[in-house]
Amino acid sequence: MQPFAYVRAKDVRSAIQAASSGPPGQAAVQYLAGGTTLFDLMKLEVMTPGMLVDLSGLAHEFEEIVISPAGLRMGALAKMATVAENAEIQRQYPVITQSLLQAASPQIRNMATLGGNVLQRTRCAYFREVDWTACNKRSPGSGCAALGGVNRKHAVLGTSEGCIATYPGDFAQALMVLDAELMIVGTRGPRRMPIADLHRQPGATPHIETSLQPGDFIAGFAIPSGPWARRSLYLKVRDRASYEFAAASAAVALDLRDGVVRDVRIALGGVATAPWRARAAELALAGRRLDDHAAREAAVAAFASARTHGANDDKPELGRRTLARALMQAVTMEL
Amino acid sequence: MAAEDPPHKRDLALNRRHLLSGSAVAGAALDSRAALAAPATETPRDLRAPVAIEVQVNATRFRLSVDPRTSLLDLLRDHIGLTGVKKGCDHGQCGACTVLLDGRSVLSCLLPAVAVRGSLTTIEGLAPSEGELHPMQEAFIDQDALQCGYCTPGQILSAVACVRGGHAGSDDAVRDYMSGNICRCAAYPNIVKAVRQAASKMHASPIGDAAGEG
Repeated sequence: MQPFAYVRAKDVRSAIQAASSGPPGQAAVQYLAGGTTLFDLMKLEVMTPGMLVDLSGLAHEFEEIVISPAGLRMGALAKMATVAENAEIQRQYPVITQSLLQAASPQIRNMATLGGNVLQRTRCAYFREVDWTACNKRSPGSGCAALGGVNRKHAVLGTSEGCIATYPGDFAQALMVLDAELMIVGTRGPRRMPIADLHRQPGATPHIETSLQPGDFIAGFAIPSGPWARRSLYLKVRDRASYEFAAASAAVALDLRDGVVRDVRIALGGVATAPWRARAAELALAGRRLDDHAAREAAVAAFASARTHGANDDKPELGRRTLARALMQAVTMEL
Repeated sequence: MAAEDPPHKRDLALNRRHLLSGSAVAGAALDSRAALAAPATETPRDLRAPVAIEVQVNATRFRLSVDPRTSLLDLLRDHIGLTGVKKGCDHGQCGACTVLLDGRSVLSCLLPAVAVRGSLTTIEGLAPSEGELHPMQEAFIDQDALQCGYCTPGQILSAVACVRGGHAGSDDAVRDYMSGNICRCAAYPNIVKAVRQAASKMHASPIGDAAGEG
């Protein structure tokens, strides 16, 4: 591991001031929250920040969970486990609980924060191992070893010539189907950003993964209440039943009246370079009776633009079946 | 270790790093870092210089100086001498390094020691007293829940968190909650039995349950 300076932030202002001293994408300064991604990647020397700004001293300010008729607010420094254990969230926003409980291991959920979770980096083996010199995400312009490599777990949606690394998370997809907004504090004060705007597809700049600016601190998440929130779920398909990243997953939030879709929101995981809102699938279902046939059609629409790279040729069909199953499970949910 | 290097060697190492990090941008970042890290004191010359920390382990407070890169795992094993906690993968994938932090299971390999706040319990601090075992330790012996034993301290601490958190109500619940702890000898069936056995004892005996809370 490369040496770094360690600073424990005493307040938000000093944290932002410290962290905004690095250029975008270069990551000379990093916030430290749970550390489960960052410290790991520092050991691998995939990330080599010169300074860590530890946010744990701010936890008391940014870990609160507030549930009201208007919606749900969660502080970004709340631990995954704490939120997963919240019975009222489980009742009103089951997709949140399910996405968290199916992620990582109990130990990691006890450490990792919500804010860090949405910013976790890809598990692409070529990104994580610096001996592979070709990785546009790690070293811009160096190429992509995954394109012609072992890519069974790589993305089929949102890929580019430069990067096919899969976004590995689950929770961001739950936020997406609930129309969550990030509450961000930055150098120019507080602002809000729809979760859908946070992650960038790789395009020609896979090393720039989010639209956050230097110094930006995710303070929390605001989720409006909606008729789709209770009939929501997260279905995750993976190589083993627990402690594994998604091979394919689907977050679904459904407003169903007499079997007919009034509103549906769909986000996919394990198959795309970023948390993936499947708008085409949503459109295919609007106003229709949701049965097996309609679910399959929506799933086909969701993967119309899929591009495979050999070892992951099975992923679009896995993704389609996962989504169709998730939709039908949502229909049969008892509220 | 940095502390053992003569001063001129440390300077050389730092200079080499400056050269490697290269650009003017990196230089600017380094300058601001130095200013922030020690606003009122002398600019630190060596980022590997020991930092003073204080941790509470098994109800004992330790004051130590460590390189900021030191993981909690290495702190416990190499600096404090508690070698019950094991280094398996060192990347948060195997669970051998599991310890309890304020009663919750965490991976000591993924925690920078400088960032640790709270009270730690390792396998050495779990038993309620000298010559007496925690019900979970007894259950692992009773059920023969190990072969080589390397993963066992982590398994036992995860298992304690599993029972205390109310996740030991069924074999499936135990399997799910214990999935962060790998056993390469595949003693899994007996580990599940051990957790279930201890769960009934820990509920029946509040003293055993509270032991080692730290």
